[in-house]
Amino acid sequence: MTFNFFVLPFSLGLLFLLVSIFKRFKAWIMDLPPEERKKFRNGFRGPRFFLALKEVFFESLLHRKMFRKNPLLGFMHLSFAFGWFLLIVVGNMESRIYSGLWINPPYYPIFLKFFIHDIHVLPFEIFTVPGFFRFSMDLILVFVMSGVILALIKRSRSNWFGMKKTTQHSLTDKVALISLWLIFPSRLLAESLTAGAFGYGGGFVTQYLGNVLAFLWPLSDKLLAYGFWWVYSLSLGIFFVTLPYSRYMHIPTEVLLIFFRNFGVHPHKEYSAFSEVEVFSCSRCGVCIDQCQLNTDAGINDIQAVYFVQSIRNQQVQEDISKKCLVCGRCENSCPVGIHLDSLRVIERTYYSIHEKTDYSYLPQASARKAEVVYFAGCMSHLTPSIPKAMANILRTAGVDYLFLDEDGTICCGRPLSLAGKEKQAKELLQSNRNLILSSGAKILVTSCPICLRIFREEYNLDIEILHHTQYLLDLVRKGKIPLQTYFKRVAYHDPCDLGRGLGIYNEPRELLQKIADPVAVEQERSGSLCCGGSMGLLTISPEQRDAITRATVELLLKDKPDLLITSCPLCKKTLSKQSGTRVMDVAELLSSSLPVLEGKIVAKNSHNPVFRD
Amino acid sequence: MKTFGYTISPDRQIDYDRNNKMFRDYLVQSEPTILRCIACGSCTATCSAGHFTNFNIRRLHTLLLRGETKGIKKEIEKCMLCGKCQLVCPRGVNLRNCILEIHHSLEKFEK
Repeated sequence: MTFNFFVLPFSLGLLFLLVSIFKRFKAWIMDLPPEERKKFRNGFRGPRFFLALKEVFFESLLHRKMFRKNPLLGFMHLSFAFGWFLLIVVGNMESRIYSGLWINPPYYPIFLKFFIHDIHVLPFEIFTVPGFFRFSMDLILVFVMSGVILALIKRSRSNWFGMKKTTQHSLTDKVALISLWLIFPSRLLAESLTAGAFGYGGGFVTQYLGNVLAFLWPLSDKLLAYGFWWVYSLSLGIFFVTLPYSRYMHIPTEVLLIFFRNFGVHPHKEYSAFSEVEVFSCSRCGVCIDQCQLNTDAGINDIQAVYFVQSIRNQQVQEDISKKCLVCGRCENSCPVGIHLDSLRVIERTYYSIHEKTDYSYLPQASARKAEVVYFAGCMSHLTPSIPKAMANILRTAGVDYLFLDEDGTICCGRPLSLAGKEKQAKELLQSNRNLILSSGAKILVTSCPICLRIFREEYNLDIEILHHTQYLLDLVRKGKIPLQTYFKRVAYHDPCDLGRGLGIYNEPRELLQKIADPVAVEQERSGSLCCGGSMGLLTISPEQRDAITRATVELLLKDKPDLLITSCPLCKKTLSKQSGTRVMDVAELLSSSLPVLEGKIVAKNSHNPVFRD
Repeated sequence: MKTFGYTISPDRQIDYDRNNKMFRDYLVQSEPTILRCIACGSCTATCSAGHFTNFNIRRLHTLLLRGETKGIKKEIEKCMLCGKCQLVCPRGVNLRNCILEIHHSLEKFEK
C-alpha cells in the first residue's frame, strides 16, 4: 500500500508552492527589460551558469557569508539548508532504489518509513552496505535537528550568535516559523515510533529512540506514530502554503537573484524587476540591525534595512522610514544576500519629489582656463578652508601647475540632491559642472570631497583620471616630488563612508599616513568603519540623535588615545570636530605640515597648524 | 488723483489672522527643528546658491512661518541642497529636510 490520507496536506501544499513560485518567477522574468531578458536566457548556455550554480551551492546551501559573520549562526543555517537538501536528495535515492522506478509520487520518499518496514526485502540493503541509507538518513536528521535546537536557543540567547538584536517578525512569519520548527521533530518522532512499534526498520537514532518509546507506552504506539505522521505532513503543508507570503520566500528567490547577478542583470536607478527580486530575497535575518548606527547609538529601532525592505514588500513604505537612513552602506556591506540596500532606500525617496521643480538657470556658463591638473574642493571643503589651503601649499611645493576650479564658489556636484531622491534635478547640476570641468581641458581631476568623487566617477562620464586628493598626493610622494619629514605623532584614521565602502579607497590614505606619522589600530576600520553621523544621506532625525552617533564614533576612534584624529573627508572632519576633544585633521593638512624646513626658510607655512609648532 | 511725483509704498502690514497658517502647521509638524531657528543668518551667509544669486533661506523661512507664500516657489527652486547651511547652523535645524518639506508643502497646498 503506497497511499494514506495523511499525505494529502503535504502534497497539496507542495503543489500550491510550486505553482506560486512558478507564477512569481515568470512575472519577474517577463518584467525585465528586453536586453536583460536576453542576457538572462543566454546565461544558461555559457560558463556563467556553472559560476551561478557554484554560488548557489556556497551561499544558499552552505551559507559561507553567514559563517564569516558568526560560526554558530553559520552552522545553524547550514544545518537547516544543507541538511534539508541532503534529506531530499538521499531520500529520493533511497525510495527510488527501493521501488525500482524512476518516477515516484513526490510524497513517497518523504513518508517512506511509513510505507515500508521489512528490511529483508529492501533491495538497497542487498546492493549497498547493509543499513547504509537508514544510517545516513538518521545522521542527516540529527544534523538538521541540531539546527532546530540552535534556532530555539537563538530566540533567547541571540548574543551567542553574534547578534544583539533580532528581527521582530510578522504573524505570517511566525506561523511559518513554528511550522518549520515542527517539521523535523515530528518526523523524528513519527519514524521512531513506527520503528519502535514494528521492532525494526529504523536507523541508529530512530530505532533506539523508538524502542525506548515502545517500552514506555507499549499499547498506543502504532496509533501515536500514525498521529505524528499526520503532524509531520500538516506542518510541511502549512509551511509550504505560508512560504510565498512569509520571509521564507527568500529561499527560492535568492537562487533567482544569484542567477540574475551572474548573468549580468543589474540594479537600475528606478524600481525594477531586479529590485523586486532583491526585496523578496531578504531573509529578514536581521544582521543589518546591529550594524545600523541609528539603532546602536540613536535609539531608533524601526527603520533598519530589514524593516524597510519588509515595508517595500508590503507596499506600505512610510516617508519616515525612507528618510531616516544614513545611507552609510554598513547594512549593505554586512548583508549576507548582497542586496543593494542603499540604492533601494534612495529609489524610495524619489517618489516623494516626483513633481517638484528646480531652476538652476542662474549658474554661470562654463569658462575655465586651460590646465592639466584641476582641483575641485567641493562645497564641504569650503566649510573647512584649511583643507584647500593645505592642498595649495603641497601642490605649490611639488611644483604642480594646477587650476583651482571652484575657488570662487562651488556648483554643488549633485550627489546631495540624488541622495534625497532628486535624480532628475541632480542631472542639471551635473551638466553645469561637467561642462566646467571639460572646458578646462584637464587630464586629471583631483577632489578633496569623497561625496563629489563618488558622483564624478559614477555619473559624470568624464573621460579623464578622477582622483581623491589622497590618491594624487600619494602619487606625487612616490614620484619624489614632495619632500617629507616624519613626525612621530600617533594618529587614528577614520574611513569616510563614500571613500571607503563607496569607492574602495582604503590603502592610499593609510600609505600616506605611514610615511608621515604613526597610525594606531582602530577597532572598526576599512569596510567596517562607522559613519561620522554627518551624512548627507540622512534627511531627518533630531540633532541630539545625530550628535549621539558622532559621539559614539569619536569615542571608538579615540579609544587608544591618539595625538590626532585623521580623516580624508571635509564633512567627516567638520562633524567629528564638533564632538572630539582631540584635534581632527585631514590627511592633506597633516602632509602639508610635514613638509620639511629648507635652507632656514619655511617652505610650508603651517600657520593653520599649531599642533606642529612644538 | 494727483501724486505730485510722490509714491506710496505697498502695504506691508502682516495680518496673522488672514495669513495662511497651513504652511506653518505642516512644516512644524513634519520638521519640528524649524522652530529652533534664531535667525542668525549663518545659513544664508554660507549658501552655495546664495553665492550666485540673492537666494536667502533665512528670509524664506521667516516669510513661510508668517504664512506669506507669494513668490516662494520660484525662490526655493534655486536651492542645490548641498547641505552647507545645515552644517553651519548653530541651532541644529535640519535645513535640508526643511527645504524638501517646503517643496512638498508648496506642492500640496498651492495648486
